[in-house]
Amino acid sequence: MATKMYAGKPVEVNDEGFFLDKEAWTKDMAPEIAKEVGIDALGDKHYDVIEYIRKRVAAGEQLSMRGMGKSGVVDLKEFYQLFPGKPLKYATRISGVPKPTSCV
Amino acid sequence: MNEEDKRLKKVCIICAKGNLEDVYAALVMANGAVMEGIEAKLFFTFFGLEAITKSHMEHLHTAVVGNPAMRLPGNIPFPSLMGIVPGMEAMASSMMRKKMEELDIPHVGEFMEMIEAGGGEIFACKLAVDMFGLKKEDLSEHVKDIITIAEFYELAGGDHSQIIFV
Repeated sequence: MATKMYAGKPVEVNDEGFFLDKEAWTKDMAPEIAKEVGIDALGDKHYDVIEYIRKRVAAGEQLSMRGMGKSGVVDLKEFYQLFPGKPLKYATRISGVPKPTSCV
Repeated sequence: MNEEDKRLKKVCIICAKGNLEDVYAALVMANGAVMEGIEAKLFFTFFGLEAITKSHMEHLHTAVVGNPAMRLPGNIPFPSLMGIVPGMEAMASSMMRKKMEELDIPHVGEFMEMIEAGGGEIFACKLAVDMFGLKKEDLSEHVKDIITIAEFYELAGGDHSQIIFV
């Protein structure tokens, strides 16, 4: 556990940088979290993905790679391009939601 | 010692079996790797070719004879001899596929698409392809190439690389 400063506010995060409270997240924090995972700038498509992720999580749904591919927001190739390396992990972290536990 | 330095960078997974559970083990590991930013190569050989043969890949079976872990719904042990009843294997296999669908586990072709989307690559073993009398056009479009074991080892090289045999 640690406290980080995003958009000038202190936020509690776990060892991997995921927010402990998703309600502490605001949109203006996203670019700063993105920089930590190597994404220099967030475009509209990134924000579409973030919005989708936050909606699904708010609805109590499990996020998976397969689910992202079927989201209608991005296909998986785009998802890998938008959040290179570990798309699901990075996108959820930037979205301020817990780390997904799905294996697919 | 830097933690970062010890992490896996590449996995090369060999799948030599054609039953549902072993093929899925290989697919889950390959997809799980690309999801984590780990390079993945998937090499199908011998009966594993079943998983990349167009006509069979979506109809994989699980063994009901000689499978001591097989159970009926409700956790009831499944006597191996019952497995010889005609249709039993198909029924057990379709039940397993249905359960997997419920758990959001993709079918074989879709899983391969997901692996490819993440930059993973799928290969067929030349020796086994020749042995089974298969041609390139019999294989799924997800198969990048038919390669020899020497070529496989070339792909498998590099630091932080592991070979996994299923």
